[in-house]
Amino acid sequence: MSDLLRIIGNGADVPDQPIPEGLGDKDLVAIYRWLVLLRAYDERSVALQRQGRIGTYALYWGEEATQAGTLYALEETDWIFPSYRQNSIGILRGVPPSVILAWWRGYGGDVGFYDTRHFRTGPICVPIGTHLPHAVGTSWAAKLRGERTASLAWFGDGATSEGDFHEAMNFASVFKTATIFFCTNNQWAISTPVSRQMATKTVAEKALAYAMPAVRVDGFDPIACWKATKDAADRGREGGGPTLIEAFCYRIGAHGTADDPRLYRDEAETEPWKAWEPLSRMASFLDRLGVLDESGAEKIKAEAKQTIAEAVTEMEAIETPGLEVIFDNVYAKDRPWMFIEGLEELRSVGQRELVKPLNAGAPADDTEIPEEGV
Amino acid sequence: MARALNDGLRLALSGDERVLLMGEDVGRAGGVFRISDKLRGEFGEERVIDAPVAESGIVGVAFGMAVAGMRPIVELQFMGFSYPAYDQIISHVSRIRHRSRHRFTAPMVIRIPYGGGIGAAEHHSESMESIYLHIPGLKVVVPSTPVDAKGLLLAAVEDPDPVVFLEPIRSYRSITEVVPGDYYTTPIGEAAVRREGTDVTLISYGAMMRETLGAADVLEGRGISAEVIDLRSLVPLDVDTIVASVIKTGRVAVVHEAPRTGGFGGEIAAIVQEKAFFSLEMPVLRVTGWDSVFPLKRSERLYLPNVAGIAEEVQTRLFEG
Repeated sequence: MSDLLRIIGNGADVPDQPIPEGLGDKDLVAIYRWLVLLRAYDERSVALQRQGRIGTYALYWGEEATQAGTLYALEETDWIFPSYRQNSIGILRGVPPSVILAWWRGYGGDVGFYDTRHFRTGPICVPIGTHLPHAVGTSWAAKLRGERTASLAWFGDGATSEGDFHEAMNFASVFKTATIFFCTNNQWAISTPVSRQMATKTVAEKALAYAMPAVRVDGFDPIACWKATKDAADRGREGGGPTLIEAFCYRIGAHGTADDPRLYRDEAETEPWKAWEPLSRMASFLDRLGVLDESGAEKIKAEAKQTIAEAVTEMEAIETPGLEVIFDNVYAKDRPWMFIEGLEELRSVGQRELVKPLNAGAPADDTEIPEEGV
Repeated sequence: MARALNDGLRLALSGDERVLLMGEDVGRAGGVFRISDKLRGEFGEERVIDAPVAESGIVGVAFGMAVAGMRPIVELQFMGFSYPAYDQIISHVSRIRHRSRHRFTAPMVIRIPYGGGIGAAEHHSESMESIYLHIPGLKVVVPSTPVDAKGLLLAAVEDPDPVVFLEPIRSYRSITEVVPGDYYTTPIGEAAVRREGTDVTLISYGAMMRETLGAADVLEGRGISAEVIDLRSLVPLDVDTIVASVIKTGRVAVVHEAPRTGGFGGEIAAIVQEKAFFSLEMPVLRVTGWDSVFPLKRSERLYLPNVAGIAEEVQTRLFEG
């Protein structure tokens, strides 16, 4: 990992680097606060899934630096496009965590989808890499309208194999849009290791083909992620075009709650990487700097847990959306005739809503429907 | 059904060295639904191939292999993630025979898990078979039972033309029966009459077969004798079985979880009125998913046809209307 941009050392043989210009003590604590909030959300979500209170969940344990550090480098007016791995990034922009939890619980409509325009945060993208051209589009629109707005999209190492990645990279470089391609190379695409995903040694070198600058950073280092993103956004705003950032890290957890990594990798492999995970590393760093001591860090953790606990309560108080959820938000105005007929059909006696279990012998609504796959 | 498919894949791989399996996570992990469980260990990574995350690439590369004499089976992980491969399927896989005047062919199987009912996340529950049905040169099959799953899979591998093989996710582990261990094929293009009846013909396929058969039971309790047809092959369609049944019963309902507009129910209705118009006592009924985005899990039961809903609509619209 010697070629990686890294700011935070390990307190031993890897030294800390000077804090980049533009980050004060207050900022460092704010980034730590975000890391902790994301972690609290993630750990609680896994527990909720195990208890059957939400559905299949895509965890990101260890990948908080690539989200908190990165987002902190952007302006509120910049567009961000998360994949499912950054599913809760919206909470750092003010989306109530209960809304994203409700989405995982399986609520659609107004209670499960956040306001993407207001938060300038794309909907959580589930297909692989399909949101990358969108980030090019929003940054290109900004350029056409004379706005100094950048766009950033997160994606994994697997997504670099998709055509949309290459098409988006090409558009961005040809039209010099202020787009930041942020690849979290966690070295696993479900069961496929990065060595079978690509023949190149790095993701970053793919930028060469698009005449685009690229940087590799330590993906477990939130300050390095901040620095790379800040530089990319600044250059993009000045008309310098797009940047590819490769945040090199490791998928310490499973791909999702339905995935069992023991089927395809030796879990002992994850151990050395845990030493680099961003939360304890950032806490030690702040302690070394004298910015935040252990009790301060504990206080932040307690606050985050409290925030998420309250969100869970809010989420569970949400009532299951009514029949209209099927027919709302599909077309701009006026339900088409088949929706009007459909709603009548659903409302009539003996129809679908009256029969709760989907599978024979399956328990009723509140209990988890058996899940398979990812 | 998952084990029957696994067994079918194993027999296909062991019986013909030209056969190989490729897809995302099909090797090390044995597939996200474990359909290819243990096959990589048995046949090696050159024949059970973990592909990069690139659906267009998977189908396009497999097409090249098929043209060059191999018999690839590819897995696209969920129907909701199959669309990047659509260009390859519609522009090349399905038409190579036509444009090469039989000199090149693409004998390959494209396996696509589809459908709702398992409480999955967004994009994981879609039933968009219509977009494949509409492509000339493709065959489209959908098993509803484990015995057929294995037999149709082996028939698809043997078939000289490309076959889109739809696997109802909901049935993988919920539909079980004893499956013969030997090699056998179930003919593509033949429907199965799952239940004989005299008053109404219920036509379905895939995961909706269980709901439809359940509805037939309910209707029997109400004095209505339903004949139930499992299409098994959507293309080519077994028209004779459908028409013979309609001539007998005079009433038809088609059940599918796909959206109604442009769905297969419309096609069946058209064929029935073309070929058995004077036997019809009532208009053909469609019981289907809505023309709406597939909802998130807590609302999916509002979307999917079920036993009570099918029985209710058949009774009120075909017998009380």
